[in-house]
Amino acid sequence: MTGNPAPAAAYKGPLPRATPETQPFWDGAKAHKLMLPWCEDCGQAHFYPRALCPHCHSVRLAWRQASGRGKVHTFVINHKAARGFEDKVPYVIAVIELEEGPRMMSNLVMDETPTPENVHVEMPVAVVFDDVTPEVTLPKFRPVR
Amino acid sequence: MTAGTGTLQRKVAIVGAAETDALGKLPHMSRLALNAQAARKALEDAGLSFRDVDGIFSSVADPNELSEYFGIVPRYVDGTSVGGCSYIIHVRHAVAAIAAGYCSVALIVHGESGRSWIDMDRPGNPASPTGQFEAPFGASGAPTLFSIPVLRHFHQYGTTKQQMSHVPAATREWALLNPKAIMHKAGPITPEDVMASRMVCYPFNLLDCCLVADGGGALVLVGADRARDCRRKPVYVLGTGEAAAHRQVGMMRDFTMSDSSTLSGRLAFAEAGLGPADIRHLMFYDAFSFTPMMFLEDLGYCGRGESGPFVAETRKDATGRTIYKTGPGGALPMNTNGGGLSYCHTGRYGMFALLEAVYQLRGEAGARQIPGLDVSLVHGPGRHFAAAGTLILANR
Repeated sequence: MTGNPAPAAAYKGPLPRATPETQPFWDGAKAHKLMLPWCEDCGQAHFYPRALCPHCHSVRLAWRQASGRGKVHTFVINHKAARGFEDKVPYVIAVIELEEGPRMMSNLVMDETPTPENVHVEMPVAVVFDDVTPEVTLPKFRPVR
Repeated sequence: MTAGTGTLQRKVAIVGAAETDALGKLPHMSRLALNAQAARKALEDAGLSFRDVDGIFSSVADPNELSEYFGIVPRYVDGTSVGGCSYIIHVRHAVAAIAAGYCSVALIVHGESGRSWIDMDRPGNPASPTGQFEAPFGASGAPTLFSIPVLRHFHQYGTTKQQMSHVPAATREWALLNPKAIMHKAGPITPEDVMASRMVCYPFNLLDCCLVADGGGALVLVGADRARDCRRKPVYVLGTGEAAAHRQVGMMRDFTMSDSSTLSGRLAFAEAGLGPADIRHLMFYDAFSFTPMMFLEDLGYCGRGESGPFVAETRKDATGRTIYKTGPGGALPMNTNGGGLSYCHTGRYGMFALLEAVYQLRGEAGARQIPGLDVSLVHGPGRHFAAAGTLILANR
């Protein structure tokens, strides 16, 4: 995340552990690229990354960088902190529909406190990268004005 | 009643049903002790013993944990564990197992230390899809995950918080009539009270959320021939359904409907040869206010997107008291035990929804009894609209 990076030791949220089929996604995030698996047979992207295409079950998959643009498909404003999120409430958990089609869960990064008035379904967003530890970067999304 | 597609219709009956002695905060009982007490009471209710049990169906406890704890060797085990509807699905599986001759006395048992958390596993494998793609974004815990689809429904259909707030208010009315309900003496609430309660995870306030409790329940099923000799009025299984779709709520295909509920409901109605209009007692698992609204649409009690206005329909009785559509005196009694919202919710509530249908069909529901009831519909989700189970039960 640009602007206000937390010191690595301070990060208390749960961290993902990559599996072989998701490793390129997390490697991409660390390099500040949003990577998606694409099916070379049916031509569709999918998320989360799997070892086979969930649309046509082909195993001919290739990784490509996504545009990072999308829309809020649905969201919540969480006031009950998950473990490690105590200093972040209220925070937005959103399902982002990416321009390429797949949807992914993430957080909205906002300058103001989120309220039902300033967050909306269908709001356009763009990816930002939050380097939460030296090893792990989480792709998050910022509203686009 | 009409003939359905199912060859297993009325082949199996529920002959034993019980909750644990208490529901609520039970720090003196472990997860397995809750299972054991519920099982012993249900067998007693059926006039049977642990020695008679040759099929075990369980979810929070593994079947082998229970066979060890009870000191028995069942010849059929089913540990289907797909969230809160697991026990509803277990009934379906028990019907098939008894009909196939794989077991003759099926014990379906639930016990969960959901509040005191004694001998309970903590979730959190960081390499699982949930651990990688939900938890890192602060998405964990039922209020956060069950709320994810709601605003999409609001956006698409114009559903409002005010409409949704009628569900906890109506359900509380039932709890006031059920001495076993945790909120039995808590007094009525209005939709305005729901919206004024503490914000938990927008769009859910505290009163939109189910209770968190310790407790358990169990059922005993036998073949219909044997059921006629049991001490309790048999409750027959007319139709069943189940389905499983996504695992992570963020992976729902359509956030305004549950694919698994829609399929499961359709299977159960077809098997029973009945439709929504034929069944006017609903036990629709209410983990949150919105949850049963989704099922009213998925199972055809109202059209797509119409559940908001549907649940918000009220009238006044002669004394000026508000009668909710799904509450006491309403046109469509739903969650007559007081539901997960006001009766009890341990984590995997499906068993309690089932027990209430059995009590109602036996005519044992006291002040909340639906007069002349002969058929009941039980439906629940597994995890967050992920899996689903449906049962149609009848007392003749």
